[in-house]
Amino acid sequence: MSLSPILPAHVLVLSAVLFSIGASGVLLRRNAILVLMSVELMLNAVNIALVATARALGDIDGQLFVFFSLSVAAAEVAVGLALVVAIYRSLGRTDVDDVGAMHG
Amino acid sequence: MIDAVIFWPVAALSVAATLAVVTARNLVHAALAMVVAFAMTAVLYLALSAAFIAVVQVIVYAGAIMVLFVFVVMLIGRHDVNLPEPIGGRRGLGLAAVISLGALLAWAGASGVPAAARDPLDGLPPPPPDGFGSPAAIGERLFREWVFPVEVVSILLLAAILGVIVVARSGGLRGRAIEGQAEAGE
Repeated sequence: MSLSPILPAHVLVLSAVLFSIGASGVLLRRNAILVLMSVELMLNAVNIALVATARALGDIDGQLFVFFSLSVAAAEVAVGLALVVAIYRSLGRTDVDDVGAMHG
Repeated sequence: MIDAVIFWPVAALSVAATLAVVTARNLVHAALAMVVAFAMTAVLYLALSAAFIAVVQVIVYAGAIMVLFVFVVMLIGRHDVNLPEPIGGRRGLGLAAVISLGALLAWAGASGVPAAARDPLDGLPPPPPDGFGSPAAIGERLFREWVFPVEVVSILLLAAILGVIVVARSGGLRGRAIEGQAEAGE
């Protein structure tokens, strides 16, 4: 059995699928930790697209973008999880819908 | 570009692991599925001649970020959640948005590959030069053309550390003072 060769488009479609699944987690789940996890999956999917494009164009700048995106993701997780812990301490829950009660 | 024997199992496993995260009832299971998804991404990076990024992926995502998530899950969120979670009648709208977003992105990805990345005969990109994606190649570029962004990222990480400390503290002493005032006010 011979499989057809993998093209850049294959990897980009995989990245699009992973991004959409992550987006569904952000839109359809209420647990704040799970929403953060889904955001991470979305960032990860974008990184896959960047690495695939870097490989396809033979340009290493795409991989450097992934490097910076990883740093931003790490910072985002640290701050996001600190906020989740703070919300849990004040509300006793971590539902994203409850956080709307914080304004005003 | 990638060996199909590597790509299809890795793609299937990442999609399955990502779905498992999004549909998890138990947050610990979600964290475990996320480790699988990140590890599969690292394999994909290796196959796409991004060795350095693959190692960084394992260290930062599968290592540091996952430890943070597991830590917080153990701290506060170990109880199961019932599915589907009530999100106030917007489930159909959200699903429709996600599906149309996925279709749009997949179409863009399938059709938007620049011509420079395709061989006119078989559509495959040319093989990368020697050492493409190696730590030496990345470092060379990172600390020559990209020095300023590196410094900006270092400031961003410092700001994140300070932000986390402020958030963690305001939930402590000052938060309690505010709660106390609110109780006195009521």
